[in-house]
Amino acid sequence: MMKFLKLKPSVGLLSIPYSLIFIFFFFIPLILTFIISFWDYNEYSIIPDFIFENYAYIFKDCLNFEKDICVTFKTYLSTFIFCFITWFFTLIIGFFVAYFLAFYVNSITWQIVLFLLCTIPFWTSNVIRMISWIPLLGRNGLVNDFLLSTGLADAPQEWLLYSGFSIVLAFVHLYTLFMIVPIFNSMMRIDKSIIEAAYDNGANGLQILWNIIIPLCKPGIVIGSIFVITVVMGDFITIGIMGGQQIPSIGKIIYVEMSYLQLPAAAANAVILLALTLLIIWIMTKMIDIRKEL
Amino acid sequence: MSKKINKKISRRNFLKSSTALAGAAVGSGLITGFPAIHASGTPTIRYLGTAVNMGSEPEKKLFEDTGIKIKYISKTTDEVVKTILTQPNSFDIVDSEYFSMPKLVPSGSLLGMDTNRIKEWSNVVTAFTEGKVNGKTIGDQGTAPKKVLYLKGPKSKEFTSEPSRYVTLIPTVYNADTLGIRPDLIKRPISTWAELLNPEFKGKASILNIPSIGIMDAAMVVEAMGEYKYPDKGNMTKEEIDLTMKIFTEAKKAGQFRAFWSDFNESVNLMASGEVVIQSMWSPAITAVRTKGIPCVYQPLKEGYRAWAAGFGLPSTTKGRQADICYEFINWYLSGWVGAYLNRQGYYSAVIPTAKKYMEAYEWDYWMMGKPATADIMSPEGKKLASKGEVRDGGSYEARMGGVACWNATMDENKYMVRKWNEMIAS
Repeated sequence: MMKFLKLKPSVGLLSIPYSLIFIFFFFIPLILTFIISFWDYNEYSIIPDFIFENYAYIFKDCLNFEKDICVTFKTYLSTFIFCFITWFFTLIIGFFVAYFLAFYVNSITWQIVLFLLCTIPFWTSNVIRMISWIPLLGRNGLVNDFLLSTGLADAPQEWLLYSGFSIVLAFVHLYTLFMIVPIFNSMMRIDKSIIEAAYDNGANGLQILWNIIIPLCKPGIVIGSIFVITVVMGDFITIGIMGGQQIPSIGKIIYVEMSYLQLPAAAANAVILLALTLLIIWIMTKMIDIRKEL
Repeated sequence: MSKKINKKISRRNFLKSSTALAGAAVGSGLITGFPAIHASGTPTIRYLGTAVNMGSEPEKKLFEDTGIKIKYISKTTDEVVKTILTQPNSFDIVDSEYFSMPKLVPSGSLLGMDTNRIKEWSNVVTAFTEGKVNGKTIGDQGTAPKKVLYLKGPKSKEFTSEPSRYVTLIPTVYNADTLGIRPDLIKRPISTWAELLNPEFKGKASILNIPSIGIMDAAMVVEAMGEYKYPDKGNMTKEEIDLTMKIFTEAKKAGQFRAFWSDFNESVNLMASGEVVIQSMWSPAITAVRTKGIPCVYQPLKEGYRAWAAGFGLPSTTKGRQADICYEFINWYLSGWVGAYLNRQGYYSAVIPTAKKYMEAYEWDYWMMGKPATADIMSPEGKKLASKGEVRDGGSYEARMGGVACWNATMDENKYMVRKWNEMIAS
């Protein structure tokens, strides 16, 4: 706080444009979403009110344990599972790709070339990237053709497409780069002499990885994880296309409610989704103080 | 050389003349929000609708015939409704479905359309105006157009069943929908909606994930299976919605569906790739699969068709010259060329006699009369749709439209239905 007060006034002025953008396009809409989540609605309009019906409906039947698990919990559970699996695979793959780029590729030129190579999938729209899995994984797709012709399977494997498997595959394909970038960035900041010192003191490769590189990469890992988790939590397009519209996601529920102009119900769902996502990020930032590490 | 000079100064001239025109427009009180008639002088219409009817050929033909330019704003069915309600100044004319009217009319966002300004009004098919095809009353469960066509007055928010001068939408296009099948993969005749949930097609069926349309297909299936007979499929009670969704939830859990689709192109991919062999489908999707050389049939079923109908409406802020241009466009739309274009895609034009003038006799016989083709049938884009000797699925106009059982619908319990539908998807 003291530090802030000592800042020159010009620094404060510099922060005004961003603050304004933040207030008008983020903070105010968010407050409006929160307010509208307590409103009532009909077919064609939203009605100012203060009701808890929108929230009550979301958790209706959720405390009745004799029945099946309620739709809301089921949907969140499935979203969390996708989130965790995607996070796990993007982290493992992302970490080792970044590790390879940072420590095994010695010339800057090659680092840049290989790094750009990683971004190539982002040159096409993400819908196209998803749809291109269909001829590969479909019932008459390339993978099934291969399995059938080599006798590895005697019937087309249906779980390859429109399943949890295909959703995770698409997520990992789409979002691994979000892990690579911040982790690579963290790795490039590691002072090579620390590694040399460890080596000179007799540490083996595994010890260096575990005791030096991973701890120093934590900020990159946390930032990458925040990217991946927030994107997967709110996703409905990937789950929709790769899951054949049969697998629920909170994003899809919000989207359907919005397209039927049930805006207060959508707002209530959005508030809950936001609260849960913030909770996850809060827990992650508890594990590591990003501000300090940066 | 002189051309070059012209080009150089044209920008300045343009600025001058457009400022003058803009001034004139302000003076005449034309500017209301974002007016359609831009200062440049070329009449332009911002046409909001689903992509289904937005071809480039009609756009070109319109400009040739009338000098009016079209700017398409393409959205999904639900988004069109949302746009009308939330951004009424973002378009000049809207192509909407009649089943949206119970949502739109009470909000007062659409203008009552004056039928006296429509040249061909007396020729609009009776399917819209009376709910009859060639004198025979057709199914009217759901939001049948005749229920939501007439308004009590130009600014009325209420429907009337009596024919009146003012209507909600000027009818343009409609069709009878049914299930699409892959005859080469099913290899046996299909004659009832109940086949959608037949375990024989486990993992190879699909239904569309647009609640207000999907629920009607679901209801056709439930009735065909003999599970329940709805007093009105298009206006279910909460119990009836529960029952319908229960049957579909069980089928979904048992793995009946390969996928659900919400976008027209998804349905084409599912069918063309063989992932699905029986599903709810729209007519142009069948055409799209067929033009790839893959057999696909729009199977007529004994319980009848689920019909839909669309038309043109204007936002309630429309005034003056803007309205004139829109009416001119609608009159052109109904004058035959577009009608023939729509008929050749497998839809039906709202004004049949004018469309007939623009179709060849053999085309008319195939599309409208249900007779075997005497020559190859081409799509408007020039791709082959059917060979000589083939008959249109479902036959003649009278057989298809006469066989309508219900219409796409907005129910009184719409809110509840959408929630239950979401639960089915989540189950």
